[in-house]
Amino acid sequence: MFTDIDFYQLSDLFSPEERMIRDTLRTWVEDKFLPLVREYHGRGLFPTELIPQLGELGVLGVTIPEAYGGAGLSHTVYGLAMQELERGDSGLRSFASVQGSLVMYPIYQYGSEMQKLKFLPALAAGEKIGCFGLTEADHGSDPGGMETRAVPADGGWLLNGSKMWITNGTLADVAVVWAKTPQGTNGFLVEKDFKGFTANTIKGKFSLRASDTAELSFQDCFVPEENRLPLALGLKAPLSCLNEARYGIAWGVIGAAMACYDEALQYARTRIQFGQPIASFQLTQHKLVEMLSEITKAQLLAYRLGRLKDAGQARHFHISMAKRNNVDMALVTSRQARTILGANGITDEYQTIRHLLNLESVLTYEGTRDIHTLILGEHITGISAFK
Amino acid sequence: MNIAVCIKQVPDTETRIKLSEDRSRVVEDDINFIMNPYDEFAVEEALKLQEKNGGEVTYISLGPDRVSSALRSALAMGGDKAIHIKTDKVPEDPQVTAQALTAVLKETSYDLVLLGKQAIDDDHAQMPSLLAEKLGWPAVTVVVKLMVENGRVKAEREIDGAHEIVESSLPAIIGTQRGLNEPRYASLKGIMRAKKIQIEERTLTLQPSSLSVAGFEFPPAKQAGKIVGKDASAVPELLRLLHEEAKVI
Repeated sequence: MFTDIDFYQLSDLFSPEERMIRDTLRTWVEDKFLPLVREYHGRGLFPTELIPQLGELGVLGVTIPEAYGGAGLSHTVYGLAMQELERGDSGLRSFASVQGSLVMYPIYQYGSEMQKLKFLPALAAGEKIGCFGLTEADHGSDPGGMETRAVPADGGWLLNGSKMWITNGTLADVAVVWAKTPQGTNGFLVEKDFKGFTANTIKGKFSLRASDTAELSFQDCFVPEENRLPLALGLKAPLSCLNEARYGIAWGVIGAAMACYDEALQYARTRIQFGQPIASFQLTQHKLVEMLSEITKAQLLAYRLGRLKDAGQARHFHISMAKRNNVDMALVTSRQARTILGANGITDEYQTIRHLLNLESVLTYEGTRDIHTLILGEHITGISAFK
Repeated sequence: MNIAVCIKQVPDTETRIKLSEDRSRVVEDDINFIMNPYDEFAVEEALKLQEKNGGEVTYISLGPDRVSSALRSALAMGGDKAIHIKTDKVPEDPQVTAQALTAVLKETSYDLVLLGKQAIDDDHAQMPSLLAEKLGWPAVTVVVKLMVENGRVKAEREIDGAHEIVESSLPAIIGTQRGLNEPRYASLKGIMRAKKIQIEERTLTLQPSSLSVAGFEFPPAKQAGKIVGKDASAVPELLRLLHEEAKVI
């Protein structure tokens, strides 16, 4: 059983409701998700049977107002929710991140009233699934180079192009797809049954295996004007969505790191070598101390970022620092934990290797570590290294 | 249909119990308190009955300030009202608790009172019967299936090797057992909704206690296991030990 990791008594800073939400999700992950993850991870599938429960719990669209089916709660609550889901698996957190930050958020922020009413309540309940298509095979860190095009057609648009590395891609009932139009970058709500839209699973993944990752392609796919996000004009719109998701990742990865630390600590206490538990050795203690120190620092960063975001003061560079630092921290922590687990650390009998491999994706998606470094570099110096 | 659910707050099932130096009481400092797990079945069943029949669900708990968090946990799952009977500590004598709960239950006309068949801390398993006695109502204990139809209760009770099916009139006391249902998880919205509900606080004069806990003892420490042998030749000796020493076969 997982023991809470709260070395600096951060719990005291959360409200009783925030703590209750965290603990309820923690119990749900323990009871309902962890017993399934090994099998789904092995088969390379997302446990879709849990989607209605995610809707009932209210973790899809945490910050979206209740009038549209969301939970209408703070960014701090959203962060805590992502932390608890990612203690289960980065794939579980990714599902909720994409649905909330990358699908519901743009519809809420840039959609028409009709679009909001049509999609948001069903997405919040988990009755509909969404995905977000920005990245292309040849345009990852540089989304401005995208080749997907939408040209005006009678009553709407004709969409051509493809999108790559799309979480929830084959599961999705609606895809938020970004394409260049004569008037700049626009967002389109492409529904599953639209002619010319196909989604194919990306196979052979060693990471995020319990998550649906797909390639989307559009061949003369007609999208009616009523499915264009009217208020999303320019690349700023999709980038604002990424900001929301990155914020959730900064919290989420703490969950993965806590799972690895907890597992390594329990193992170190009971694994006997040279007649004593390996926790008694200085090198093991050093690793555990490093892990706990880094987790604690990451928690403080996330906590402060959450409160800044709730006060409307979090800027994109604040989020870049937390995403960059915390994913780094989680990856290093998972690797340290793996060494403590020794050979056992390479099998799925333990969760550490699964988290470790997942975190390699998390390091890259939603702005690679390098891109976040350059965003911060630009902010500090006033000179952009990549534009 | 108005339903009351009586809730006890108890130490988390994973708590390592620590005793005071004189072994007269359990040290509560590091204990994480939760809603008695058997009471969770009562909460879930009350909410299911409410979904079907309407009416109100009221939670009642007795104890010091800390027990309000158990009431909040219940409200986060659903329900309408909560009453906290404030006392300095949780009475050791179940009669005292039953008398106080009865006083509050009599204020409103409830059709049904649900509560766990027992609390996992002191394991008295007396409360459903005591409440029934004091209210003059029928009590159905160890309930694993419950139906309320046409003003009557039909319930299945777990008895040794079988289920006993009983019927009773309303109002009635139901003691809930594992297997009755699967308690729901509080939702994010439910947790925030619960925050807005004011918990009613009551102070009552408790009747004097006729039972008190004289002290606690830990059970004897577990003996280390013994390996009798490693192949089939050890079976006769293992059987002898199981029969003569352990006396389990």
